[in-house]
Amino acid sequence: MNANEFDVIIIGGGITGAGTQRDCAMRGLRTLLIERSDIATGATGRNHGLLHSGARYAVNDPESAEECIKENMILRRIAAHCIDETDGLFITLPEDDLAYQQTFVDACRRAGIGAEIIDPELARRMEPSVNPDLIGAVKVPDGSVDPFRLCAANMLDAKLRGGQVRLHTEVTGFIKEGNTIKGVHTVNRQTGEKADYYAPVTVNACGIWGQHIAELAGVKVGMFPAKGALLIFAHRVNNVVINRCRKPANADILVPGDTVCVIGTTSTRIPFEECDHVAVTPDEVTLLITEGAKLAPSLSSTRILRAYAGVRPLVSADDDPSGRNISRGIVCLDHETRDGLKGFITITGGKLMTYRLMAEIATDAVCRKLAIEKACETADIPLPGSEEKSYEAVAQKIWEAPTTAQKAAASRMGTRASRIRTGNKRDDALICECEEVSVGEINAAIDRLEVSTLTDLRRRTRVGMGTCQGEFCACRAAGLLAKAHGCIERERKDLEDFLQERWKGNFPIGWGDTLREAEYTQWVYKHVLGL
Amino acid sequence: MKLQEYTESKHNFEECMKCTVCTAYCPVLQANPLYPGPKQAGPDGERLRLKDPYFFNQALKYCLNCKRCEVACPSGVNVADLIQSARIKYDHTPPKLRDVMLANTDFMGKLARPFAPIVNGVTGLGITKTVLDATLKIDHHRTFPKYSGTSFEGWLKRHRKEQAAFPEQVAYFHGCYVNYNYPQLGKDLVKVLNALGVGVQLLEKEKCCGIALIANGMSAQARKHAEHNVEQLRQAVTGKGLKVVTTSSTCTLTMREEYPNLLGVDNADVRESLLLATRFIYEKLEKGAQLKFKPGYHKKVAYHTPCHLEKMGWGIFSQKLLQMIPGVEFTLLDSNCCGISGTYGFKKENYEVSQAIGEPLFAQIRSVNPEVVACDCETCKWQIEMSTGYTVMNPISILAEAIES
Repeated sequence: MNANEFDVIIIGGGITGAGTQRDCAMRGLRTLLIERSDIATGATGRNHGLLHSGARYAVNDPESAEECIKENMILRRIAAHCIDETDGLFITLPEDDLAYQQTFVDACRRAGIGAEIIDPELARRMEPSVNPDLIGAVKVPDGSVDPFRLCAANMLDAKLRGGQVRLHTEVTGFIKEGNTIKGVHTVNRQTGEKADYYAPVTVNACGIWGQHIAELAGVKVGMFPAKGALLIFAHRVNNVVINRCRKPANADILVPGDTVCVIGTTSTRIPFEECDHVAVTPDEVTLLITEGAKLAPSLSSTRILRAYAGVRPLVSADDDPSGRNISRGIVCLDHETRDGLKGFITITGGKLMTYRLMAEIATDAVCRKLAIEKACETADIPLPGSEEKSYEAVAQKIWEAPTTAQKAAASRMGTRASRIRTGNKRDDALICECEEVSVGEINAAIDRLEVSTLTDLRRRTRVGMGTCQGEFCACRAAGLLAKAHGCIERERKDLEDFLQERWKGNFPIGWGDTLREAEYTQWVYKHVLGL
Repeated sequence: MKLQEYTESKHNFEECMKCTVCTAYCPVLQANPLYPGPKQAGPDGERLRLKDPYFFNQALKYCLNCKRCEVACPSGVNVADLIQSARIKYDHTPPKLRDVMLANTDFMGKLARPFAPIVNGVTGLGITKTVLDATLKIDHHRTFPKYSGTSFEGWLKRHRKEQAAFPEQVAYFHGCYVNYNYPQLGKDLVKVLNALGVGVQLLEKEKCCGIALIANGMSAQARKHAEHNVEQLRQAVTGKGLKVVTTSSTCTLTMREEYPNLLGVDNADVRESLLLATRFIYEKLEKGAQLKFKPGYHKKVAYHTPCHLEKMGWGIFSQKLLQMIPGVEFTLLDSNCCGISGTYGFKKENYEVSQAIGEPLFAQIRSVNPEVVACDCETCKWQIEMSTGYTVMNPISILAEAIES
């Protein structure tokens, strides 16, 4: 067997691709995941990180709502270390129609979502930051999910089951024999190295970029790129997800995620060519702050850390200019039956919440092609790290008296935190002080999680995601990466790219303390370190 | 585009630029590696604690609450307040018997005063110290301050009439130390103020300011003290139109800053009228009041600014008063923490850290070799006296000694 031959090639390192690789690997397939950048760089990492209960879709899209609540319950079981079971509120404000509340609750119940109307006073006690003027509140089983962690855990599980991963590797074309896809041509974007890989089945799991990959394969998949912008606040204002109880609109969800909270989103149709260069506009920032303050008034005076935008991978279906009314439904295309192209499957649509179901559907299609009959087990077997229910339990099992950094590591890595080297000054030294990430944790990520750049490292460890946005941790982490890769020059360039990327997110909200901090960072790197 | 006009956060923690100056200035961090340092314990830790109280770190108890981090911070973050607030909010460990005893300074004072000679004799004994060390973990190097047989309150009540005769009046918050341990300081203040034509009266009924209660995890009790004292201050300030003076820098800081910032007790209407006596006296002299100094007075004085006075920015008043005294040979000691921080240094587990923190100060005192060290804080006094053998006097006492009676 040639080293470049696999049973299945999955293109796209988002959550759908990583989930599909895990599922395929669990069914005994030899898998290869190819991603042109890093894991979770597209829509996977550019959303709220909301563990939807499905309530948001209950009225307009009952099918998605049902999928959401089922997957919500599954993810709580299999991805405990990626999930924060915060619960959610759907609040009615004086300008909203209170009658909608009953329609909403009825729709939730039909979809199997436990929605409970509660007294506004109870809502204020449950979440003190909520707009005190609310006139109605419904409690739903929303939560928050860390998409980077979830994606990394899926990839890691696939690797532990023999799967291979090629990040920063772009598919440049397909190897075709007649009307059959036999493999892919690739180029490593960092080294320029070209390689061909072969498999009887290739899965296109590229989200919005799936349109391009399909074109390369000679088939057409029309995507509907809808940009959504979000703001990250520098600390948690709320500990319960807050939504507006009305028809889905702009900036009506506030999600607490790890040490921050996120308000979003907007929805604007953009041309496909802009997908790689989305930026947040001043109007979007204004809208997010104004509407966000209606959910939690303190947002108008809370420091903002970053602004970012993602592109929803919606599949084009009708002429709706906003994209709000398109189903978030899952689309799995077998191009053999659709277009007469053998060995090629596209899995798209859907959302972060339903990635596992999408992976199951795609893997079922792969298995049918390969005539493999093995049932899907991804809903039952926990992801690596999620074997314990809570990080308290994890930390207590590993360390007698865990330090804050050890507790934080347990909350990020779950049971995998036991692999962190600790107990000596060097490994316990902090790289990232804002998020409490130690040298040991960074090295554990470098060892196991396919890290080649600082930005990759950030997605796996939260290094640089805190208040200082890389001011102090970036150069320290760069030192560890330079050591791991044995190259100082490359790391110097990487450090520059990383700081530039941090500034990109600071720029749209560049005022006040965030601007002061960015200036200070520039002073440190440019004038002190000579970068 | 809508810009945020301002941002707010609890004790300004979001204004932290992570510059780490606070950490460089923290006296504890240099002596105790178990302490995470003010930046970690304060603004950094706060974000994690807001996520989940589980991330509260017990090592925050090593913070002295000296406030040097706040003085150092160029961004106006109330670092020490963040740390102390976190302790109040998240640390539910019940205080040990020892801590309860150390913290209830006024209760212990009341208990001990009638038996002062016996108590003083017993606490001074080596065997007592050994026993306290072994049982309560109060370090055997420490000597408890001596209790006085008569309280300051008793003494002043006896002189009420003559004090009332002065045309100008001021209320005096004497604190536990002056009342139970060292009434002479109170008497010295009365002498100086009388010389300026100011009569001294007591508050209706003051309670311990409560700093030791806050430090030892008894914030609910401290809040009761705060509410009581603010009410007492209010009677004097808004009721009688008086200024209230103190001779302890820590009591002053506690009532001015810790009450609203840590205990949530509003003191806005009385805060500006509560002054350290040296500031009150300095301002009087500035306006033209005169003190008559003894001819031929001479004293070599080295002044140590207590951390809490530095936080208030008032060290200058005590320094200037001392420098004003003819015959005082004045040295301003470098800005250093003495390491005791009230009850902190009495605890066996903190003794070594406490002494290590204070060593630069002690070394400088030895090299200056003054006749006395001057300082506005009673616990700094105990620490410096125990660690260097030099006598420590409150600037008010030096002033009293230098003026004509």
